[in-house]
Amino acid sequence: MFPELNNLLNTTPEGAEQGKLTLLCDAKTDGSFLVHHFLSFYLKANCKVCFVALVQSFSHYNMVGQKLGVSLTTARERGQLVVLEGLKSAVDIFFRPQEEPHPLQFLREANAGDLQPLYAFVRDALEPVDCGEAAWRCPVLLVDDLSVLLSLGVGPVAVLDFVHYCRATVCREWKGNVVALVHDSGDAEDEESDVLLNGLSHQSHLILRAEGLATGFCKDVHGQLRILWRRPLQPTTPRDRSLTYQYKIQDKSIFCCEPSSEPYSL
Amino acid sequence: MLESLLALGGLVLLRDSVEWEGRSLLKALVKKSALCGEQVHVLGCEVSEEEFREGFDSSINNRLVYHDLFRDPLSWSKPGKALPGGPLEALRALDKRTGSGPATIALDSLSWLLHHLPCPILCQTLHALSRQDSCPGDTLPGEQVRVLGLLHEELHGPGPLGALSSLAQTEVTLSGTMGQASAHILYRRPRQRPTLQTQWFSILPDFSLELQVEPLLESQPPSDLHTPSVDPTTHLTFNLHLSKKEREAKDSLTLPFQFSSEKQQALLRPGLGQATSHIFYEPDAYDDLDQEDPDDDLDV
Repeated sequence: MFPELNNLLNTTPEGAEQGKLTLLCDAKTDGSFLVHHFLSFYLKANCKVCFVALVQSFSHYNMVGQKLGVSLTTARERGQLVVLEGLKSAVDIFFRPQEEPHPLQFLREANAGDLQPLYAFVRDALEPVDCGEAAWRCPVLLVDDLSVLLSLGVGPVAVLDFVHYCRATVCREWKGNVVALVHDSGDAEDEESDVLLNGLSHQSHLILRAEGLATGFCKDVHGQLRILWRRPLQPTTPRDRSLTYQYKIQDKSIFCCEPSSEPYSL
Repeated sequence: MLESLLALGGLVLLRDSVEWEGRSLLKALVKKSALCGEQVHVLGCEVSEEEFREGFDSSINNRLVYHDLFRDPLSWSKPGKALPGGPLEALRALDKRTGSGPATIALDSLSWLLHHLPCPILCQTLHALSRQDSCPGDTLPGEQVRVLGLLHEELHGPGPLGALSSLAQTEVTLSGTMGQASAHILYRRPRQRPTLQTQWFSILPDFSLELQVEPLLESQPPSDLHTPSVDPTTHLTFNLHLSKKEREAKDSLTLPFQFSSEKQQALLRPGLGQATSHIFYEPDAYDDLDQEDPDDDLDV
């Protein structure tokens, strides 16, 4: 995890809030560094994590995780981490009997219906079990990323329903957290992507939006990060606070600064 | 502002966006209705019952009946915790529950219902729910049903938005500027012209509403009075001005392609002052000279 991001979000692994939906969004840049941050953050926070990894292989996430101080292999072996490796499972589904339920069942269907099998997988992975040993802190669902589901033929309402159910079960019932990445294509004609992004924004408590600079590529500033707090959990906290920072990603850390100051002054 | 929104009855549409959320205003309206002694039915699709009731005291919570479509709206859980019949039956059931006495129905949210029900069916059900079938004279004041619908504008196309808008007696569009929320309210009173009103407001933590004055737009930074404006026509190497004589000569000049009556006369009668021109023509051996005027047969 990036400690600098924790400072911006005013949170620590020990004091992480629960019951939240965090939306990660990227536009004209790659926001996957946020996924790696939250994955290592919640593993360090001793949470039970279900990671729906649809974009990269497990070894990729493991490699980046090791740079950020966590070993995904170890976490998986001791039962803290459950990973659905989308790239591998998508092929497996065609070589098993059709009767067996599979999280990516929709790939076999002519009309990609709903994501109930995927929700069932998440529910089974994160359901708290009373087994007497030290329990994990809280369940966390991490999805990388939801836009892939749109490109696989799932409708935006079906994806919103899936997130709705995850929110109802993981956030509300089990007091856990859900973190999901969505791409903002910026294409005015991509209505499905807009519906998904806006629908998720309405449901979210916290939105982190990584944007490319309007002026184009820059060697020293990789992009701009907008943080928007919505739907505060306590009615007395101020609503809809937002902050903007420019950032530069290094190998194991991230530099952030206010937009007005010179990046060279860091 | 809340009283005027609740006064008309029928469907009150709250259109919000990601930037300017409308659930707080919905809860403020719910609180106002409950304090007036009405029973409030909430069809909750987007937030849990605990989250919706948060911020209300017990007197309001006792009048609030929450119909939970949040936990299991599509019957995915086993054993099912869903309301029987799904979203449509849950919506229709509200009609039967509010049979007696004034009541308020809050739909949180219409966007969720629009995503899961066909638009025509939703519109028909809303129409029946807000008692718009009966003539205004038939409905006793005590039977007035008010439907508050929260709608997220960006999630729908112009068709469904227009359909719901035409059903609404009162339409509130939320926006704002400089951190201050505003509501653009369209009232459609029967037999009157629709009226538009803009109100700046803020919702307090206990969901009461506080009116605000319109925030003054920050005035433009005053144009520099210290530096005098520079006249660009000074210090030029060419002359941009005309003297009086030059101006007169310019005004009296006739442009070459402007056809005036004097010019017409001058052309028709070549005057002495005009230079006459001759054309010298040496015909070739093969030329066919025709002395006839080729324009003779023109009927001009």
